[in-house]
Amino acid sequence: MNAALAIAPASPLLEVRGVGHFYGNRLGCQEVSFDLYPGEVLGIVGESGSGKTTLLSCLAGRLDFAEGRIRYDSRSDGLVDLATLSEAKRRVLMRTEWGIVHQNPRDGLRMGVSAGANIGERLMAVGQRHFGKIRAAAGDWLAQVEIAADRMDDLPMSFSGGMQQRLQIARNLVTGPRLVFMDEPTGGLDVSVQARLLDLLRRLVADMSLSVILVTHDLAVARLLAHRLMVMKGGHVVESGLTDQVLDDPHHPYTQLLVSSMLQV
Amino acid sequence: MSDILGGYNFAYLDEQTKRMIRRAILKAVAVPGYQVPFAGREMPLPYGWGTGGIQVTASVISADDVLKVIDQGADDTTNAVSIRRFFAKTAGVRTTTKTAEATLIQTRHRIPERRLTEGQIIVYQVPNPEPLRWMEPRESETRKMHALLEYGAMHVKLYEDIVHFGRIATSYDYPVRVNGRYIMAPSPIPKFDNPKMDGMPALQLFGAGREKRIYAVPPYTRVESLDFEDYPFEVQRWDQSCALCGATDSYLDEVITDDRGGRMFVCSDTDHCSERRAASDEAEGDGIRRPVEEEAAE
Ligand SMILES: Nc1ncnc2c1ncn2[C@@H]1O[C@H](COP(=O)(O)OP(=O)(O)OP(=O)(O)O)[C@@H](O)[C@H]1O
Ligand SMILES: [Mg+2]
Repeated sequence: MNAALAIAPASPLLEVRGVGHFYGNRLGCQEVSFDLYPGEVLGIVGESGSGKTTLLSCLAGRLDFAEGRIRYDSRSDGLVDLATLSEAKRRVLMRTEWGIVHQNPRDGLRMGVSAGANIGERLMAVGQRHFGKIRAAAGDWLAQVEIAADRMDDLPMSFSGGMQQRLQIARNLVTGPRLVFMDEPTGGLDVSVQARLLDLLRRLVADMSLSVILVTHDLAVARLLAHRLMVMKGGHVVESGLTDQVLDDPHHPYTQLLVSSMLQV
Repeated sequence: MSDILGGYNFAYLDEQTKRMIRRAILKAVAVPGYQVPFAGREMPLPYGWGTGGIQVTASVISADDVLKVIDQGADDTTNAVSIRRFFAKTAGVRTTTKTAEATLIQTRHRIPERRLTEGQIIVYQVPNPEPLRWMEPRESETRKMHALLEYGAMHVKLYEDIVHFGRIATSYDYPVRVNGRYIMAPSPIPKFDNPKMDGMPALQLFGAGREKRIYAVPPYTRVESLDFEDYPFEVQRWDQSCALCGATDSYLDEVITDDRGGRMFVCSDTDHCSERRAASDEAEGDGIRRPVEEEAAE
């Protein structure tokens, strides 16, 4: 290993400073700051209503946040400020450098077209015009996410929940994004299916050196996937640090409660 | 002009509405393939009878125009006849069934086989103007997709065609890219007619009544049918030739000739067919054989 490279401080992929959003008078999230480095998986945990999805939506450009600043180091344009980035550019980022995996696969898939078309869509969106190549890429990605090749022409409707979730992941990763947002990717799946999906995610994240922001209320999922954790409560980050540190030695009383409640389950 | 129906404005629409529609048309011509919203008027016809096309026609027609109206390629269907009569009565214009004589052609389902020329205008009746609608129901979103060139979905549709039918099976309203920019629904013409839109010398106007949209392709504008490199765009072909005029290069309709399963294929463009038959009758008459399709040599 190149020692010089290993110690050279990489610049963050995402720089978040004082971000906040209100729904009218109701607090969504407030004063959130962190850096996300290339290849890093950041878990956002907290109880229901703590502001996880709100924060993710701000980060992924799906909410016009009122407070703070988010900068992203894009492949195409270098450092860009998400608040002032034109919608056109933001949408290009979304289908080239970013991916979004929704909790409910129906929100992230086109249920009316085949699995192959779901994977191929992003390729076609960025200008791929060779049917054979699109199909080959779709085949590769089905294999990557462990879906049998003979299901390529079936509708996602005929897939199990776990398969739909894996298809959604393939659809996002086919164009080689750098940053993927995931909101409860294993929610709603039963335990054995969850375990398989987690293994898959772990492998893909490592293979593609993806940066991931992962929202979950499941600390076991966070433990398996996240390098670092942010604990949210009432819209604020109450504790953050390396995953093992936060989970094994929680400082904030709320995190202690969260961890102990997990152990009881 | 004396035989114009009393009590109505020229070509039925009031002048203010016509001006508003003309402004929309000018904008549409300036931005080829872009759908311009307009405040459509209620017409004395139900939607589906071409109210969008009629409003466009009413706004561009003048007293010395010669109007042709076709429906499925024919001039004599109920729809075509009633629209022709409507303008004969309300604008007092001369009407014709001959493509070559017409200055203004309103159409549903076909583009005439005879190559249209400079100075002619063809008006399409459009039921569904939005090519992205099949996958995106929200108007605000489809407008954004057009603005930002987010057209991946169009190829998804063609991809699905190939998956299910082994080829691009879409045969009507086949999507095109206009002037290298906007994706456009060409109205339910067969894809056989798509190549005619490309570089056409005539002005092409599209009117959608229910959705209140106007769009246009100016003369000599590039119109490409979407496809894949390894599944290129193709038009329909027939093994038969027209049973009446012998044409091998026109769009054919299958016609049932009796109740015992007898069938034949004839030109869908009735004017084209009768013109060819007249030409060959003449050729036989003076004993000289001439090429049947003279305009093809132009
Ligand atoms: N669209 C909305 N309009 C108004 N208030 C909202 C909206 N979305 C979220 N909120 C409020 O913002 C706060 C944070 O909600 P958020 O959805 O971000 O929480 P969460 O941590 O994702 O919860 P969960 O684990 O249940 O998904 C809550 O008080 C919620 O009621
Ligand atoms: Mg949530």
